[in-house]
Amino acid sequence: MNPILRQIIIIVVVMAAVLTASAGLIWLERRLLALWQDRRGPNRVGPFGLMQVTADMIKIFFKEDWIPPFADRPVFVIAPALLVVTVLMSFAVVPFAPGFVVSDLNVGLLFFLAMTALGVYGIALGGWSSNNKYALLGAIRATAQMLSYEVFMGLALMGVVILAGSFNLSDIVEAQKNLWFCIPQFPGLVIFIIAGFAETHRLPFDLPEAESELVAGFHSEYSGIKFGLFFVGEYLGVTLISAMIVIFFFGGWLGPFLPPILWFVIKTFVFICGFILLRASLPRPRYDQLMSFAWKVLLPLALLNLIITGGIVLAVG
Amino acid sequence: MVTIYIEGKAYKIKQGQNLLQACLGLGFDLPYFCWHPALGSVGACRQCAVKRFKDENDTRGEIVMACMTPADDGTRISINDPEAVQFRASVIEWLMINHPHDCPVCDEGGECHLQDMTVMTGHNYRHSRFPKRTHRNQDLGPFINHEMNRCIQCYRCVRFYRDYAGGSDLNALASHDHVYFGRFQSGPLESEFSGNLVEICPTGVFTDKSLKSHFTRKWDLQTAPSVCVHCGLGCNTIPGERYDELRRIRNRYHHQVNGYFLCDRGRYGYEFVNSTQRIRHPLRQAGSREEAKLMMETEALELAAAMLADPGKVIGIGSPRAFLESNFALRALVGPERFHAGLSDSDFKCLGTGCNILQRGPVPAATLQGVALADAAFVLGEDVTQTAPLMALNLRQMRYGKSVRIVSDFQVPEWHDAGVREIGQLQSPALFNATPYPTRLDDEAMRTVYAAPHDLVRLGFAVLAALDASVFPMPDVNDAMQALANEIAQALLKAERPLLVAGTGCGNPALIEAAANMAWYLGRKGSAAAFALCVPECNSLGLRLMGGLDLNSAFQAIDEGRADTVVILENDLYRRADAQAVDAMLQKARNIIVIDHQQTATSEKAHLVLPAATFAEATGTLINNEGRAQRGYAVMPPKGAVRAGWRWLQMLMKAAGHAGASSWLRLENLTADLVKDMPVFQPVAGLDPKPAMPTPGGKLPRQSHRYTGRTAMHADIDVSEPKPPADEDAPLAFSMEGYDGRPPAGLISRVWAPGWNSEQSLNKFQSEIGGPLRGGDPGRRLIEPPASDDIRYFAMPEQEILPGADEYLLVPIHHIFGSEELSMASPGVARQAPQPYLALRPEDAPVGDGEQVRLLVSGKSLVLPLKLLPGMPERTAGLPDGLPGVPKMVLPAVVKILGKGSIEK
Amino acid sequence: MLSNIRTIWEILRHSFRRPETIQYPEQKPYLAPRFRGRIILSRDPDGEERCVACYLCAAACPVDCIALQATEDGYGRRYPAFFRINFSRCILCGFCEEACPTLAIQLTPDYEMCEYDRQNLVYEKEDLLISGPGKYPDYNFYRVAGLAIAGKDKGEAENESEPVDTHTLLP
Repeated sequence: MNPILRQIIIIVVVMAAVLTASAGLIWLERRLLALWQDRRGPNRVGPFGLMQVTADMIKIFFKEDWIPPFADRPVFVIAPALLVVTVLMSFAVVPFAPGFVVSDLNVGLLFFLAMTALGVYGIALGGWSSNNKYALLGAIRATAQMLSYEVFMGLALMGVVILAGSFNLSDIVEAQKNLWFCIPQFPGLVIFIIAGFAETHRLPFDLPEAESELVAGFHSEYSGIKFGLFFVGEYLGVTLISAMIVIFFFGGWLGPFLPPILWFVIKTFVFICGFILLRASLPRPRYDQLMSFAWKVLLPLALLNLIITGGIVLAVG
Repeated sequence: MVTIYIEGKAYKIKQGQNLLQACLGLGFDLPYFCWHPALGSVGACRQCAVKRFKDENDTRGEIVMACMTPADDGTRISINDPEAVQFRASVIEWLMINHPHDCPVCDEGGECHLQDMTVMTGHNYRHSRFPKRTHRNQDLGPFINHEMNRCIQCYRCVRFYRDYAGGSDLNALASHDHVYFGRFQSGPLESEFSGNLVEICPTGVFTDKSLKSHFTRKWDLQTAPSVCVHCGLGCNTIPGERYDELRRIRNRYHHQVNGYFLCDRGRYGYEFVNSTQRIRHPLRQAGSREEAKLMMETEALELAAAMLADPGKVIGIGSPRAFLESNFALRALVGPERFHAGLSDSDFKCLGTGCNILQRGPVPAATLQGVALADAAFVLGEDVTQTAPLMALNLRQMRYGKSVRIVSDFQVPEWHDAGVREIGQLQSPALFNATPYPTRLDDEAMRTVYAAPHDLVRLGFAVLAALDASVFPMPDVNDAMQALANEIAQALLKAERPLLVAGTGCGNPALIEAAANMAWYLGRKGSAAAFALCVPECNSLGLRLMGGLDLNSAFQAIDEGRADTVVILENDLYRRADAQAVDAMLQKARNIIVIDHQQTATSEKAHLVLPAATFAEATGTLINNEGRAQRGYAVMPPKGAVRAGWRWLQMLMKAAGHAGASSWLRLENLTADLVKDMPVFQPVAGLDPKPAMPTPGGKLPRQSHRYTGRTAMHADIDVSEPKPPADEDAPLAFSMEGYDGRPPAGLISRVWAPGWNSEQSLNKFQSEIGGPLRGGDPGRRLIEPPASDDIRYFAMPEQEILPGADEYLLVPIHHIFGSEELSMASPGVARQAPQPYLALRPEDAPVGDGEQVRLLVSGKSLVLPLKLLPGMPERTAGLPDGLPGVPKMVLPAVVKILGKGSIEK
Repeated sequence: MLSNIRTIWEILRHSFRRPETIQYPEQKPYLAPRFRGRIILSRDPDGEERCVACYLCAAACPVDCIALQATEDGYGRRYPAFFRINFSRCILCGFCEEACPTLAIQLTPDYEMCEYDRQNLVYEKEDLLISGPGKYPDYNFYRVAGLAIAGKDKGEAENESEPVDTHTLLP
């Protein structure tokens, strides 16, 4: 097969799968939350309420696409797209199965980190261009939060890099053939998960859009499909972080009997459910608690983890 | 000031009170039934028990009735003592034993003193298992509904009706627990003050029958402070509105004017507001109601502008029943030189004299409260009961005042009603009643004389001569008259607060002059003399103070062609002048604009009729008989095209291109210009009190905090609630919003206090029990007499009118129900009004009682039944004044009896 | 930290609980007889309107959604000339039922009263009045009230003695 055509097919498949999955997450999240709250959740539209997603999409597409007159128009329009694009870009380096990757970069991990860091622009600009105090406060919170957690998100992954000896994600997965990194890099895993929550600003770290304080935070002024993009961006983020957890710590596509792609999907799905479980159970911390937790606990831990891992690798290898 | 101790705490109070007054005045809640601030104490109900202690060491104390115990210096009492509390609870349980299970269907419910007191004492469970006593009810006429089962035998009704108001047909009948408060047999109550039973009765035995036909609870009424429009006394009222209909009138306490009471005309005359005779749209070519063409407001104004095109040819006729502001706006529209007062000829003269006297003289106009405090009174030519009913009620209190002076020697306190009246029943107050025909006040008077008006003038001047022959020449009177004059003069000279009462009732200004002479003379001698002028309508004095020409000159102006357009404000000219003269004018005038709220004979002849608001829908000022400017506020917003009279006139001025009227969209600005133009009305400028509490929009609510149905009352029309109408003119809003717990005295829209839902909550609004309202009584007097020593007395006029052969001198006989125009639209009032008649003394009667006679009055022939009225003076005939079917009498007049008559076909 | 994990565990355990949700249109919930749903006006055991138009329900209503006007038949019996409830405002609190001295106004276990047009939620007396006594089969206010109405003269109510003859002085 033509390698370019193959690449294009992969891109299309990845895009379609990821976007569908994130849309499906809307339904999944509502059903799971309902399950854990002894309710039923959306179950009217289609079998098991699966068409709820379609209904929601139709609704969101047909809503009035309102731009407030006081908003900074071009930035306001671009911001949600920026968020979605940066997250989608990260998927370019995700190896779903051996050879099933859009771009097998040798600095894939760095690319992932770079793209997540760029994601903050979507939020910061969206909040700023709304010209609304709640939106701005949300954006400021998001920026500070994402910058802080990015630091040790990267540091947490350095242990993995040391063990795998590569920035290439496929290599990292391959390096876990014998032992998933969740065992040797357990502290890194915990730190990365926490940082992942903060990066996707999901509950319990959804302070940028804490509705009880900030209306809807950075997307207060957004409605219609632009709001939909933020919404999808968030679920894309959830999927991405789950996929990354699987890749870095749980052996990616590795597993017996089943085809690799299925292993990857199953593992990712479990972590997505974990995201939702945490949303269902944990309350939101105060903002200062969030920040001090990042700098005073997680950063030293991440550094310690790096030093110890490095030391052990040096000593052993 | 004395000090009493309640629950061990010292309080300073005024001397001469009883403990109940003292406790209520200090703001304590102490239940009571038989006591009433106006009726005093009798200690009948045993409800106000408190414990009194000898000194601070006394812990046992004794139970006393607070209302019968003087609040002496050093008295120690406890209201909350468990024994006193238990005692009061037992008393109310006894009172409730026979009280029916009626509250939901009782009109008193929600403003019931018995309910309040039952809750206050904590009696909430009935222990008695015995059957309840029942009574049959009586039909007490169109005003009062009777439900005797509810009675708790407090005796307040008979104490008010018989002792206070001088009625005789309501009594406590039968004995022991069969005691029955009613008439000997069913029939309308005779007293003019029967309506007060509604407020006097602490429970639902006597309730308002006119309210019953469109029953609404107190909390559901939209209310505002208002002033009665049915006579010249300016009693303060609280009208209540619900569903765009005026539902009832209640008394609004004013210490110096009406006190706690209203007359039945004032209480029940309100139904003209809801009448089918109301004009509600601009009408063209009025004619009868059916022929009239409805117009849009803009069309009407265009038409009016065309009619008013030549300002030199427009005259205006004001009205004594329209607000001061409306009359002023009319005066501004037509110019002062073309403004006519719209008063009958005799009223114009009498009121002119009256105004002159009040402005000139050194003697103040008597307040109604002052009337009750007089120790000698001479009523000259006025049937006070019928023309100024509440003044008669206050004159009746002279007996109590006299008794108080006597019993004070026996150390019986003033509030001891039973003790004072025991002595009072043997005393006649120095009340002299000189009238042209027998009146209802005669039973109270020490001496009564009936004489033709000119003879009454002579009597007045004979009294003057008896007062001081050196100043006043003796007129030619007979011996009996002379003796009476001497007696009156002696009584007046002895009195500290002599009172002279005269008015427009006979249409003879000389009577007013004679009374003023006496008042001035006595005042100069050093006594606190007062002069009470009875005026016919609610704004008679205000209109006359405004000046203006008389009605005849209006007729002349039209007749001579100096004017061809006439604007008539809220006035039926057929009630003011001879029908022929009015006909002639209305025929000749090219354009007639009538602004009125009722369809009248005049409005039927108009070319353009504009719908005016009644007192219930507009805010404005009225000047009462003592020259007190009082503001009445709209109770409900006017509907559709209806506007306040002054607002129509403002629109007419704008349409006719007058400058300066544009700011008159607000009453405030109009009043400011009125005051600027006529300094005599200066006090009117500051009449609106400002609410002390910060409230939404600076306004107090007209609706109670318990007002119901806000989201449902208009839901049948539109489920979205309408915005409450704005009110630019008053410091009140048509809404429930805002706090009205302690309004300024002039803005009391309702009396209510926590735990006190009935009228008795008034105690919480007074600065002392039975005293002025907190913050001073509302209204301001325009005229305070100058302290001048220069008195020019009036001389006795020569005015003999001797009726010819088979002619009789005509005197108008006034009727509380019937003589007043607006109240006759109330079915109850109309039912109580007499049929037209001619009154003669039996000796002069050509035919028997009730038979028809044909008579000739001012060239007009009519047939009326004859009524024999023993006591009418010789050669004098009486015709009911203002009654529908009786032509307007132009006084002085004679009537010629043509013989036995039959009704012409 | 431990408590957080415990919380997560507790929530996870809910995966195996039965949902509390009742699948409403197919599955009807059990409604107690005292359920506070649609308001009705009942009749007394004799089939007459129980409501005496005392206005207490309107006074108790916290959203002021009851408006009525009292009137009387020729014999002294009170009834509402109109009685209107604006259900678009009603919060079904049941205060009106508690306030009603004649047990006329009652809340019923019926809540299926949605409308596409808000105006249709305004119920007049004809819409509210039912033909039975509702929850209270026996009570008849006029049997205990002292007021005389058609068919019940003075002294004929429960626990009342004959009307007093005021003309006798006998004890």
